[in-house]
Amino acid sequence: MRAQGSTPFIQALGAEVIAAEPGKSTMRLPYRADIVGNPDTGVVHGGVITGLLDHACGMAVGSALGVGAGAASPSTMRGIATLDLRIDYMKAAKPGADIFVFAECVKITHQIVFARGKAYQESQDDLIASATGAFIITELRPADVKA
Amino acid sequence: MELLARAAREGVAPDIHALVAAVPYYAFLGVTAKLDGDRIILAMPFATKLIGNPVIPAIHGGVIGSLLEMAAIMQSVWDTKVAAFPKPVDITVDYLRTGRAVTSYASARLARQGRRVVNVHAQMWQEDEAKPVAGLRGHLLLP
Repeated sequence: MRAQGSTPFIQALGAEVIAAEPGKSTMRLPYRADIVGNPDTGVVHGGVITGLLDHACGMAVGSALGVGAGAASPSTMRGIATLDLRIDYMKAAKPGADIFVFAECVKITHQIVFARGKAYQESQDDLIASATGAFIITELRPADVKA
Repeated sequence: MELLARAAREGVAPDIHALVAAVPYYAFLGVTAKLDGDRIILAMPFATKLIGNPVIPAIHGGVIGSLLEMAAIMQSVWDTKVAAFPKPVDITVDYLRTGRAVTSYASARLARQGRRVVNVHAQMWQEDEAKPVAGLRGHLLLP
């Protein structure tokens, strides 16, 4: 069993899941220079925030369903795929400080799951970004799985 | 950013390769840029660190969003000739197909260029540009 919620990209970013329960996920990303998007200000690239929010939302959805990256065991062949993700960038992340992301599953329907997330540094009342996403429940075909 | 400020002062296009080299996150993802006329095309060869789903294997949705956002910002810089990077206000990423373990490409076009904001649309594809892997629509605030 691989580490819960861990994928090569998230590992490469140096991010970690610090709290998880069914339908909820919290991640932390320590600051590092090689993910900066603006060399003048040292602010991390918006795409990094997008990546964290996408991952945390996917984990929240996966853990709510018991599938995918958020599942305790990858034994099931069901999965989830992101349909879309909307990100609002509210303020620049302060260089040098950790970034936290919290995501939660909002609604599970027969085929679609809705989730939302937020990214912050000092306080959840002072967001650097927020996210809303829709996910579809998929059945992984054996042909999709690399031998 | 001095590179952009100088280009804006002199009324010339910035050196796109120098610009990419100046932003650390491009090297982190392995993204390079080339020009086709006035169209910037970003390329991102597959690498293990880009994987989001090791079972398929598929490129992480956040990597796809990052590449699209890079294309949106770079094309906006190119078209508006601003002296600093524009800031993303909001983006929506539509995921259309699985990002497979091959080279990905992205480009963007400005749907509307205002004085303060641009509305930009970006697309990412792999072997066939007619079969996009993902699309982005968003607003960037000009400096």
